[in-house]
Amino acid sequence: MRGDTFGMIYAGEQVFDLRELVDVRSVGALPVGGRYRVIDFPLSNMVNSGIRNVAVIASRNYNSLVDHLGSGKAWDLSRKSDGLFFLTPFANRDNPGVYRGAVEALKSSMDYLKRAKQPYCIISDCRTIYNTTYDEIMDFHISSDADVTILYNRLSNEKWRGKRYEDTRIGVKKGGEVNRMEMDMPETSLDGLTMGAYIIRRDLLVHLVDESYAQGGYHFFDDMLRNGLGRIKIMGFEYKGYVSRLHNVASYYQTNMDFLDADIQKKLFQGANRIYTKVKDEVPARYLSTASVKNSIVANGCIIEGEVENCVLFRGVYIGKGTTVKSSIILPGAEVNDDAELENVVIDKNVVVRNRTRLIGSAEYPMIIQKGAVV
Amino acid sequence: MLLAGGQGSRLGVLTHERAKPAVAYGGKYRIIDFPLSNCAHSGIDAVGVLTQYQPLELNTYIGNGSPWDLDSLTGGAFVLPPYVKGKSGKWYSGTADAIYQNKYFIEQFDPDYLVVLSGDHIYKMNYDWLIGEHRAKGADATIAVIPVPMEEASRFGIMITDKDMRIKQFEEKPERPKSNLASMGVYAFTWPVLRAYLDADAANEKSSNDFGKDIIPAMLKGKERLFAYEYSGYWKDVGTIRSLWEANMELLQDYPPLNLYDDPWRILSRNPNEPPHYVDAGAVITNSMISEGCHIYGTVINSILSSGVTVAKNAVVRDSIIMTESEIGEGSIVDMSIIDEEVKVGKGCRIGDYAGASHKIAVIGKKAVIEDGGSVAANEQVGVSETVPAAAAGSAAAACAVSKAGRSAAAAAKTVAAKKTAAGKASGAAAKTSAAKKRGAGMGKEA
Repeated sequence: MRGDTFGMIYAGEQVFDLRELVDVRSVGALPVGGRYRVIDFPLSNMVNSGIRNVAVIASRNYNSLVDHLGSGKAWDLSRKSDGLFFLTPFANRDNPGVYRGAVEALKSSMDYLKRAKQPYCIISDCRTIYNTTYDEIMDFHISSDADVTILYNRLSNEKWRGKRYEDTRIGVKKGGEVNRMEMDMPETSLDGLTMGAYIIRRDLLVHLVDESYAQGGYHFFDDMLRNGLGRIKIMGFEYKGYVSRLHNVASYYQTNMDFLDADIQKKLFQGANRIYTKVKDEVPARYLSTASVKNSIVANGCIIEGEVENCVLFRGVYIGKGTTVKSSIILPGAEVNDDAELENVVIDKNVVVRNRTRLIGSAEYPMIIQKGAVV
Repeated sequence: MLLAGGQGSRLGVLTHERAKPAVAYGGKYRIIDFPLSNCAHSGIDAVGVLTQYQPLELNTYIGNGSPWDLDSLTGGAFVLPPYVKGKSGKWYSGTADAIYQNKYFIEQFDPDYLVVLSGDHIYKMNYDWLIGEHRAKGADATIAVIPVPMEEASRFGIMITDKDMRIKQFEEKPERPKSNLASMGVYAFTWPVLRAYLDADAANEKSSNDFGKDIIPAMLKGKERLFAYEYSGYWKDVGTIRSLWEANMELLQDYPPLNLYDDPWRILSRNPNEPPHYVDAGAVITNSMISEGCHIYGTVINSILSSGVTVAKNAVVRDSIIMTESEIGEGSIVDMSIIDEEVKVGKGCRIGDYAGASHKIAVIGKKAVIEDGGSVAANEQVGVSETVPAAAAGSAAAACAVSKAGRSAAAAAKTVAAKKTAAGKASGAAAKTSAAKKRGAGMGKEA
């Protein structure tokens, strides 16, 4: 157990390029990988590091997030002391109730921040997917006497080549010191990509947030940290494992498709560190005699009568007779009836696709069918 | 009070290291999930689970009862093994004795009624309705019954009732049954009445301390108000290897007699923390149930796989049940088999017989290892943690010897030491010692 660190997950971020998928939910609550939600990854990373005090800062559309996390029991965070804290916005004198950035969110979470018993804080975003523990980076942070340590990976290790959302890059000198920081720079030579996770001492965080807020800076990276460059010691710690970020629908689609890769599956799910999620009592997946499934991930509760290829099927999906579904992502509880044809489609929760419907998107621009729609 | 001490000796190697209620069923369930889920959905929040035989796996599984929402403020799941009371501590000598020995536990809750359940059966039942009927009739005991075919009635405890369902007579496994209403092992009692009979029964040294044999007949003799509560639905006693296999296969029918997709009556269980299962491009899966965490590269037909099972390339699994974390190696063929948890089947093995050939079921115990090229014949049982070496050189297809690694386990299992095949004769002497393992491995290489 890591008694010296607490975690904060900023789930207030909006990624507009995820389109209809985030109309009804925040990015953290977005289903990914057949059974998980995005927030399961940062949360499990913290829990697997032995952190027992985690705050989730919610801002907009946090209904499904609250529903998913509950008391935090599934992550072993339902505890007598510490555990899971849900920090929801409320309007008061200092704060209109809707955060313009993480600094503003942290500012209105000052009560929690000041009360936390642990000296170090790990701050994580809620749209970056990887599986690690923070032990090594904590050791690095302490031994290098850093004020802030940024977790990053290199662009050359990235699979995603498309459009990037809020691309934050750093230049790291030999020895790990960060000397340059850029955000959304059109042409850049920097190939260090921040992973949205930072380690910082609690009292310094309180100070920097107060200072940045007083100067009208709302953003964690481009206001608060960039202002600190040269004044405080910022270090970078390179992560070499699998990382995926949700920039837009195409990268959401690609991330799910990555899970079909045996190597990535191994890295994410078969190591010592498990990704925890809310459990549901679903029946094992049922394949009927007409089913044909190739290169796919299938969750419990599915009933399959048709053909499925290169797909991710979440819990409780139905695929009807004579239907072919290719290279698609089908979120929980969706129903694809008989003789339909689907390719490169993201079907949101509880959608009903009627008999003989044809839905064809493209891998670069997948078609989204909005939650609950009947097509 | 849930009676979970059943040994289930007819389940062979499957119950060597676990009690019958902990036996897996339907991929992700265990038998005890059914009565526990029934309790959860019936609004019963305090459940005592009476264990005696091989309780370890069951204790771990039940824990604090949270998977069944039993970790509540006023109730809970309580695992109740027999314990020493002064000088008089003893095992539970029968079902009634198990309740009698825990009467102080029961009285903590100051109950009006007590429901006694068996942990051995698969069914969905609302116990609240049973208690409602019990209360409405002002009964002292109400026994759930299910109509069975007359020709099978002599296998059960049979109730003879009048037209108001009041029980006139009870016969345990009668030769000539007068009714077809069989007891399901589900009872509702008015607690003060039952307590008096339990006290009297405990004082009677000749009693076998059993509900069916002693308590119910005594209550009838005492002219208490006993009623039968007729249940009509799916109810299955999976007491034998064959009935366990059949009950699983029933789930693969187009319209299974037991509906697991019954939303308000979901069967709750302890869920493993595993990713969804992965189906490879070369895999074929038809008419099967596959759980989370499985990796399927080969072929799975008419089978039920629990979580974390791997079926390697070119392996074929047909008409079989494979339990948690077992591995089927490349090119192996598994037919009509029940493979317990954490079994390793190597490459090119042959387990069981094709359904058409013999209709006999091969069973492989927990943590057993079938070495590359090894085989297990239909109707054969491989003991817990045993190793089956590779087939002898020159007859890869023929069955081979089964070593007796776990001696105590092997004694109870009908382990076949050597086969009456040419290969078996050739390596007949190799059957018993660990030398067989080495030799077996060597033979595998030659083959």
